[in-house]
Amino acid sequence: MRYSTDPMKERPVTPGDRPRTRPTRPRNGPGIRGREGVAGWLFAAPVVVILGLFLLAPILLALWVSLSDWNGSGSPLASGVHFVGGRNYAALLTRDGLARDDFMVSLRNNFYYVLLVVPLQTVLALGLALALHRRRLAGRNFFRTAYYFPSVTSSVAISVVFLFLFSSSGTINALLRLVGVHGPSWFADPRGILQLLLFQLGLADPAHPPAMLAGHHVFGLSVWDWLSGPSVAMCSIVFLVVWTSAGGYMLMFLAALQNLPVSVQEAAVVDGATPSQRLRRVTLPMIRPTVFLVLTIGLIGTWQVFDQIYVMSQGNPGKTTLTPAYLSYTTSFTSQQWGRGTAIAFILFLVIVVFTVIQRWVLRERDGRRRWSRRPTA
Amino acid sequence: MTRQRSRRETLRSRAARIAGLAALVVVAAVYLYPFLIQLGTSFKTDHDATAHPLNPIPQTWTTAAFRQLAQVDFPRWALNSAVVAVCVTVGRVFFDSLAGYALARMRFRGRGALFAAVIAVMAVPSVVELIPKFLMLNQLGMYDSYAGMIVPLMADAAGVFIMKQFLESIPASVEESARIDGAGPFRTFWSVVLPMARPALITLTILSFQASWNELPHFIISRQSPSLSTLTTGVASLVSGQLGSGNRFPLKLAAALLMTIPVALVYLTFQRYFVRGANEGVDKG
Repeated sequence: MRYSTDPMKERPVTPGDRPRTRPTRPRNGPGIRGREGVAGWLFAAPVVVILGLFLLAPILLALWVSLSDWNGSGSPLASGVHFVGGRNYAALLTRDGLARDDFMVSLRNNFYYVLLVVPLQTVLALGLALALHRRRLAGRNFFRTAYYFPSVTSSVAISVVFLFLFSSSGTINALLRLVGVHGPSWFADPRGILQLLLFQLGLADPAHPPAMLAGHHVFGLSVWDWLSGPSVAMCSIVFLVVWTSAGGYMLMFLAALQNLPVSVQEAAVVDGATPSQRLRRVTLPMIRPTVFLVLTIGLIGTWQVFDQIYVMSQGNPGKTTLTPAYLSYTTSFTSQQWGRGTAIAFILFLVIVVFTVIQRWVLRERDGRRRWSRRPTA
Repeated sequence: MTRQRSRRETLRSRAARIAGLAALVVVAAVYLYPFLIQLGTSFKTDHDATAHPLNPIPQTWTTAAFRQLAQVDFPRWALNSAVVAVCVTVGRVFFDSLAGYALARMRFRGRGALFAAVIAVMAVPSVVELIPKFLMLNQLGMYDSYAGMIVPLMADAAGVFIMKQFLESIPASVEESARIDGAGPFRTFWSVVLPMARPALITLTILSFQASWNELPHFIISRQSPSLSTLTTGVASLVSGQLGSGNRFPLKLAAALLMTIPVALVYLTFQRYFVRGANEGVDKG
């Protein structure tokens, strides 16, 4: 941005030179700026064509498909394809049936997934960044390299490794055995952890769920099912994703911490602030924009979880790792219900927008009232 | 302040420092041990893998997993991944820097709108584009071809953004003098601007290579022939397909190991560019 005000830059150089060069230009040419107009669009043309053809136009095409009865054969623009209005959306939202049940289950699963992954990865990333930020730390580069490595590795490769780690005779269960715990068969275990918790506390039995919760249905799913919590299988995916993505967010926090003026920290030390006071009252408020950004990117990313589900669980066990992104894929490609599949994608898009807006609002609301978010008058 | 108190504080901060270092070491172990396990298990027998999951060192070393991989089309997947990654990277670096230059330096009607469109495209969640992309490839007759796998990835909005930001930060005077010497826009771009943009070009090259090498969803929806399978789709089919039945973990882990090596080498060599790429996200916000 600093140098982008090029009129200022040009002025000292050009005025004298320009008249001299002008006669050498083609007589019928539209002049240097006019030529730049054509050249500008020519330069941008490949990107414009590719993004237009494979990004914008497809979305319009998909919007049409989500409103049609196209069954996957031939072109969706052919005359045999009919406009069906909001029928595909209704099947997912208002009409009783398997389609809506599956969609609601996928929303529930993904909601618990987001609820766990976003805070955990943010806290882990922030913790690692704060620990690495100290001035005299031996091996800082080594630690940074190690933590960020999973982020550059293929999600498929990481998923394969975790399938082994979390297999019933895998590394995690072997570790648990060392401390005398009999680990679950992670990826085959559909039990929701909230239900398990209630069972452990003796409050409810999953085999005979309380009638008050099992009897009431909201959007086709009983309250008992809504409140299941993430399944054990989903928790292993949560663990994988937090482990993988924390490194990337850690780098963002590190960059923010490095941009903090040292003088403010020193002033806090002189004023006798303890380390934890400095963290809560000085550091956190000053890197608040980055915290906000990490939460937003995390929220948007976690609502789209697809790769890990595709490789590791395919929505199993008992549909407890089914997510809207994966359901949208199988509904289209496997069941050939293209209208419904694209409708899921658009509803998911809306869900992402709504959650992002809610998150913005919640974080802004606290401004000035909570100690945590009070900004120093810098 | 008494001396005692300051000494207590030094002790305390030293204890905190040691505790912090210990935590970092433990976390580093959590981050590196899975890769050690992966490396070791690739050379184990099937039985050894499940019998001693905590020990990365094989009881008996065997390369059986790698020999089996050679028989399940793994070389073909690797070749496809390499072809796609190279084409996508070359295309992305060239097209993104062309567009980035146009947005940074050239004055033309609609530039503001174009930049706004680039930002808007970055904001669209990629999962929403998945099925639409298939529909379009199908419509254009590009489904199940190298073209369909490569061309849609050859431009990305984030890359344009990175190039634009970088080019704006270098002084315009050099290009101005090139232009005054009679160089056309493309010549100015090619022989004056690009050489100056080397750091950004390296960043973009590395990020594009890594992204296309690791790409999974696009290759799921743009092809179906096994002969067009990449490492990502191929290894995924190893896990979830017929070969996935039974615990053939050495085979799967060896496949995952091999596909990780190229990116790992690039990462260890060009680490600072990865860090810069990750931090572009901060500027975007």
